[in-house]
Amino acid sequence: MAEKVLMKGNEAIAEAAIAVGCRHYFGYPITPQTEIAAYMAKRMPKIDGCFLQAESEIAAIHMVIGAAAAGKRAMTSSSSPGIALKSEGLSYLAGCDLPAVVVNIQRGGPGLGGIQPSQADYFQCTKGGGHGDYRMVVLAPSGVQEMYDYTAWAFEIADQYRVTSMIFSDGILGQMMEPVELRASRQETPQEGKPWALTGTRGQREPNIINSLFMQPEDLERMNLERFVRYAQIEAGETRWEEYLLEDAKIVVVAYGAAARIAKNAVQAARTQGKRVGLLRPITLWPFPKQPLERLAKRVRAFVCVEMSMGQMREDVELATRCQRPVYLCARTGGMVPAPEEILGKLEDASHGCCV
Amino acid sequence: MAVVFEKPKGLTDAIMHYCPGCTHGIAHRLVAQALDDLDLTGGAVGVAPVGCAVFAYNYFNCDMIQAAHGRAPAVATGLKRADPERIVFTYQGDGDLAAIGTAETVQSAARGENITIIFINNAIYGMTGGQMAPTTLPGQVTQTSPYGRDVTRTGMPIRVCEMLATLESPAYLARVSVDSVQHIRAAQKAITKAFQYQNEGKGFSLVEVISTCPTNWGVTPQQALEWLRTDMLPYYPLGVFRDLFAEKKEG
Ligand SMILES: Cc1ncc(C[n+]2csc(CCOP(=O)(O)OP(=O)(O)O)c2C)c(N)n1
Ligand code: SF4
Repeated sequence: MAEKVLMKGNEAIAEAAIAVGCRHYFGYPITPQTEIAAYMAKRMPKIDGCFLQAESEIAAIHMVIGAAAAGKRAMTSSSSPGIALKSEGLSYLAGCDLPAVVVNIQRGGPGLGGIQPSQADYFQCTKGGGHGDYRMVVLAPSGVQEMYDYTAWAFEIADQYRVTSMIFSDGILGQMMEPVELRASRQETPQEGKPWALTGTRGQREPNIINSLFMQPEDLERMNLERFVRYAQIEAGETRWEEYLLEDAKIVVVAYGAAARIAKNAVQAARTQGKRVGLLRPITLWPFPKQPLERLAKRVRAFVCVEMSMGQMREDVELATRCQRPVYLCARTGGMVPAPEEILGKLEDASHGCCV
Repeated sequence: MAVVFEKPKGLTDAIMHYCPGCTHGIAHRLVAQALDDLDLTGGAVGVAPVGCAVFAYNYFNCDMIQAAHGRAPAVATGLKRADPERIVFTYQGDGDLAAIGTAETVQSAARGENITIIFINNAIYGMTGGQMAPTTLPGQVTQTSPYGRDVTRTGMPIRVCEMLATLESPAYLARVSVDSVQHIRAAQKAITKAFQYQNEGKGFSLVEVISTCPTNWGVTPQQALEWLRTDMLPYYPLGVFRDLFAEKKEG
């Protein structure tokens, strides 16, 4: 078994990135993700890597674009207001078909908001973040081991499909310490595996051009449709979720990330009260696990979404279940975290509403 | 028969889209010639801006990437940090470099990033149809300063070389013009020196090229060159504003 060490979620992300060969990190300080930058600043110079504190989140993401265009694994991290600034670069990454990993350790908003944990960037990130017709893979860990594992996975997805993958987390998971098995290993696609990379023609090939500008709408449509073929492959091959006590469940709690940990406790408590309640935890927020929800909608009575945002994920649950069943909402916002009792209260409402 | 003049290998055969009399074409040629002369074309990566030079990726015969408006120095930073062996340059207009991209410009210069920036100062936003730029001269009429640039409301134009020369890190900062044979020759020297410095790992270099935009200035190519001389050069004096490695002149 690989080594196990006690780590903060943010550190686990940084360590996993390094383990899978990311040697280029660009960032700008913002709470609650600064440990990632601090970790990179310490480690990168020791392993011949590049840590660079950019002048802004905008510059940082465009530096990622440069490093990715050179064919290297590159990453940036930030928190909500900084992710908003990165949205220009997220769109360009998609338009240029460049692989990259972006980390969002969310805090409460809107505006400067607060520094307490939140999930309120759900719309922004799962629907793309920037302008234009594109998708971004959004992975939602719910523990420190998953912060580590999903970061490694994020790099694989990014390289395989030439997309941006986002680690979508929050201040609870970023700051929390848990033992982590350091099990990722270097699987970087070498530059040779990226024939499009800007490595210099050496006079031996035609220039490689990385570009998102297409003045003819036919060309731009063709590029977008090609991209959507890849997005369909991602939906088919990478959608992940966790099922917990769903076999006989009549009420299904849907929650991800830190909210899912609390929701799981509430589900356990409801079970001890004899309630037939289970949990579906989306792991990929895009692609969203529509199929299991659609299936469940045929046999369960109701859904209860637990989220640290005002029902942003609920819209996806309603879409996936085509509103065939009531979808209750247990939401806290602004950096507040739902307590298990509040969730139990919602489960109570749901069971009365539909007489489990 | 001896060849006395030919197109640099650093340029492709693509037909340029620039307007008649536009000096972007001359600047392209100078960049390509510099890369050729230093035998760097095969190892170069260029960053195209948002502006009239957005299609530069079709013209330079090296690997190219097209950056978001103003972000070229950040993209170039990422490229250079990822692959220090590459010769990385950006080619940017004044709106791109001195308005929306000011932070990226100043900060890459302040870091002494080992990249080369070719900065086309034509005192206007060309591509979007001639709006006021940070470099638009006092009183100059543009689409968004229809009564002439009112400096009591918009301030005075930015002199980029002078501004960057207040920083310690840049290795080479020069302002050149392409309005005459003599100036073009000097421009060639400056651009070549900038790339040579990068190749020798000496750090940040920027060459500002005073240029024309006859289309949006609303004049003929000849008149444009004349206006450049009479109006632009007095405000934007040519010269070297920083040369960290200049050979010391004797006596
Ligand atoms: C974010 C963003 N804002 C605005 C534009 C529109 N735009 C395209 S080119 C341009 C101005 C370019 O002017 P300049 O940099 O002076 O270059 P020139 O065209 O004169 O060579 C603008 C504002 C854009 N493409 N992206
Ligand atoms: S609009 Fe101006 S800068 Fe652009 S190509 Fe025409 S003349 Fe040149």
